[in-house]
Amino acid sequence: MGYEKKKILCLILFLVIFPVLVNYIPAISNYLEVMIFAGIFCLVTIGLSLLMGYAGQISLGHAAFLGIGAYSSGILTTKFGLSPWLGILAGVALSSAIAVVVGIPSLKLKGHYLAMATLGFGEIVFIVFNEEVDLTGGPSGFADIPYLHIGSFEFTSELTYYILVWSVVLIGLFFALNLIHSRVGRAWKAIHGNELAAEAMGVPTSKYKLKIFVLSSIYASIAGSLYTHYICFLNPSSFDLFWSIKFVMMVIVGGMNSVWGAIIGTVLLTYLGNEWLTAFKHFDVLVYGFILLLITMFLPGGIVSLPEILKSKRTITR
Amino acid sequence: MEPLLETTGITKHFGGIQALNDITFKVRPGQIKAIIGPNGAGKTTLFNCISGVLKADKGDIKLNGQSITGFPPHKRAQAGISRTFQNVAIFPEMTVLENVLVGRHCRSRCEMLQAGFRTRSMRNEEREIVEKAWNFLEFVGLENQTEKRAGELPLGDQRLLEIARALATEPKIVLLDEPAGGLNTKETERLAELIHQIRDSGITVLLVEHDMNLVMDISDEILVINFGERLAEGNPKSIKSNPDVINAYLGEDIDYSDL
Amino acid sequence: MENTAQLVQYILTGITIGAIYALVGLGYNIIYNVTEVINFAQGEFVVLGGLVMVFMTNTLHLSLPVGFFLSVGIVTILGALMDKLTIQPIKNATVLTLIIITIAVSIIFKGLAMLIWGRDPYTLPAFSKAPPFTLFHAIIQPQALWVLGITTVVVILLSLFFRYTMVGKAMLACADSPEASRLMGIPVQRMVLISFVLSAAIGAVAGIVITPISLMEYDRGALLGLKGFGASILGGLGSFSGAVIAGLILGLIESLCAGYVSSGYKDAVALIVLLLVLFIKPSGFFAGKRASLKKF
Ligand SMILES: Nc1ncnc2c1ncn2[C@@H]1O[C@H](COP(=O)(O)OP(=O)(O)OP(=O)(O)O)[C@@H](O)[C@H]1O
Ligand SMILES: [Mg+2]
Repeated sequence: MGYEKKKILCLILFLVIFPVLVNYIPAISNYLEVMIFAGIFCLVTIGLSLLMGYAGQISLGHAAFLGIGAYSSGILTTKFGLSPWLGILAGVALSSAIAVVVGIPSLKLKGHYLAMATLGFGEIVFIVFNEEVDLTGGPSGFADIPYLHIGSFEFTSELTYYILVWSVVLIGLFFALNLIHSRVGRAWKAIHGNELAAEAMGVPTSKYKLKIFVLSSIYASIAGSLYTHYICFLNPSSFDLFWSIKFVMMVIVGGMNSVWGAIIGTVLLTYLGNEWLTAFKHFDVLVYGFILLLITMFLPGGIVSLPEILKSKRTITR
Repeated sequence: MEPLLETTGITKHFGGIQALNDITFKVRPGQIKAIIGPNGAGKTTLFNCISGVLKADKGDIKLNGQSITGFPPHKRAQAGISRTFQNVAIFPEMTVLENVLVGRHCRSRCEMLQAGFRTRSMRNEEREIVEKAWNFLEFVGLENQTEKRAGELPLGDQRLLEIARALATEPKIVLLDEPAGGLNTKETERLAELIHQIRDSGITVLLVEHDMNLVMDISDEILVINFGERLAEGNPKSIKSNPDVINAYLGEDIDYSDL
Repeated sequence: MENTAQLVQYILTGITIGAIYALVGLGYNIIYNVTEVINFAQGEFVVLGGLVMVFMTNTLHLSLPVGFFLSVGIVTILGALMDKLTIQPIKNATVLTLIIITIAVSIIFKGLAMLIWGRDPYTLPAFSKAPPFTLFHAIIQPQALWVLGITTVVVILLSLFFRYTMVGKAMLACADSPEASRLMGIPVQRMVLISFVLSAAIGAVAGIVITPISLMEYDRGALLGLKGFGASILGGLGSFSGAVIAGLILGLIESLCAGYVSSGYKDAVALIVLLLVLFIKPSGFFAGKRASLKKF
């Protein structure tokens, strides 16, 4: 893959060097823990960026798929003694099945209606997590979820989990970038550009919209499983509507038209949420709101569009 | 000769408006056939029904003797019907090359897993897709603009791009909806030549056009519709002298002077 | 005997909460009709209405009517600001941008509410001191009558506004064809502003009247918004009478389900109805021709 090779190398370099650097920079001292969460959320937002930025379909319910993955893993391993790896697969299977069932009727809708339908779906799943107390433990959730392991090696330390999570993210990123530069990715972009024309040019648009919806649900589901086996404790609060919106926000803040934007936005906002904003206990929601509003209004291309904007400004002033 | 495309009794309403009423006509393979009619006659609607973008209320559409009436648009593209749009419908945020690559969609196969892991078969297919797309871009003369955003092209080039994209689907018949709309005289002359070349490469052309000089010049046969009804059909000469047609166009400004 | 009492109780609860959904649904319709924007912050107007009224009554100890009008006024100003600062400045916005902007505003409203009032639920005294009375052996809170009465007044005022005032008629014209309205000299921007003002006011009223019954807290907006959207969709987006009927139906379904099936899933029921309507007939069930022409 010739394209974007440099960017991928930069990312890997960054991931390797930073754990060493953090001891010297207080603002990012909690690097490993935050980056594990950031990596997990990156999986969600890479999928979401394909769905929103490339195929042009919105989802305000993706926290639901994160939750479905998380609960599948948690319940199957804790209550049924299944291997965590099988739990992940089961989560993927369940998520994609639900994505198909919900996606087929939802994706016929456009714009506001699709947004509301996915919002409603996410909220229903959230209610199910709360109400199915026998399975999910209800609002208080359940604990004692096992760690991931290969043979007798357990991913208990932060460093090993950091390596695991970001390896998965890199695979997910690689897969996504390849898709973008293929017939499949072009079909999605065509749907975004002009659905009618795409259809007339031979792209089965409903099929491709469903594909990306399901794929993004799989990304989110894997993220959910990784989340579960990291914190080893589950309750519904991480899968509510506000999280769905936060994922959309990460994608938009970074820049919707590129999966790199999703990664940048996710890392930044995760740092913001887990570290920098903890000082403002009651302000955080407000800060999120303003960030989202200001970026949407004044930097619609997100952070990744900054270099280009600066460049064109410079050429104008010259 | 067997008709390539055959419609029988195509009827279409929009609420109270009767856009098409019982349109029956044939296109023989290798023809350049034009559909003309005053504004709002139903020409675009007819194209929409043939390409499947709209579902006709009634009637049947056959391609090579096989009914495609129940096909969604992408299946019709696969079967060999391609088109351009009156209000150019390119993918503005994609590059010129990518626009044409999309046209290759129905002639290529690799699916999500192969694409995601970039398998050898995927790379081979991709190379072939790009090669073919270049051919079509050269054919319409856009080979120097391949990396531009399609939305940045001037209208004339956008029309050419749409033609390249339509040809990239390797159609048996291509429907061109007012391809000369917004073009200057020189561009229109090039277009006429292009349409001839398309026909010579074995693709049947069905054309909606208001530029009468162009129509009379290049068409083998003309279908006239008015208020959704089939008014007349025949070669350019007979159409020009058909009193019904002249009546329908009365008040419209047709310039036959340099014919 | 007990069964009928229960049924009456559920029905009354359903109609009461349904009236609130109807009001929220009307709020969506007013903005949608003029702008084709679905305002994701609609539910927040309800929350703010309730909480500002809490401030007026419990903190400032203002009388009911004064507090009522001040609260509605403040929320209305917020609605106007929302339009002026976030909707109007955006030119050629895509649908996605508009969705995100109204969501961002809803988060800001929610954040403000949390900052000012914290995470606790608040209550308000009922509007009248009359004791509960019984009807068919069911116990009725007088506040429920206030909800129904005020909803009725709002609906009547709205229909008078759209039928008999110039501004109201102009707004309907914008709904039918914004381009033509502009050409005819209707100041479309002003109409958009008025639609936000009206929606905010109606939302605030809903919040004020329901708080004595069901309490109010900072994060109720999203669910109220979704259910209200359910009402406007079920009734046919843009249709005023549709929203009212559908809101009442939604409230009834929810209340009956909570009573007879499962109280935990009562919130899910309204959402499932919303999804079913979106999937089966997004043009709604109680609207005239106009709504069915809109794009989904
Ligand atoms: N999607 C639609 N909804 C409602 N009415 C439509 C629609 N599309 C076309 N019409 C109506 O159908 C009739 C035929 O329109 P059509 O676009 O097919 O005409 P046309 O022959 O292509 O005209 P022109 O030469 O101006 O392109 C017109 O009266 C038009 O208003
Ligand atoms: Mg036309």
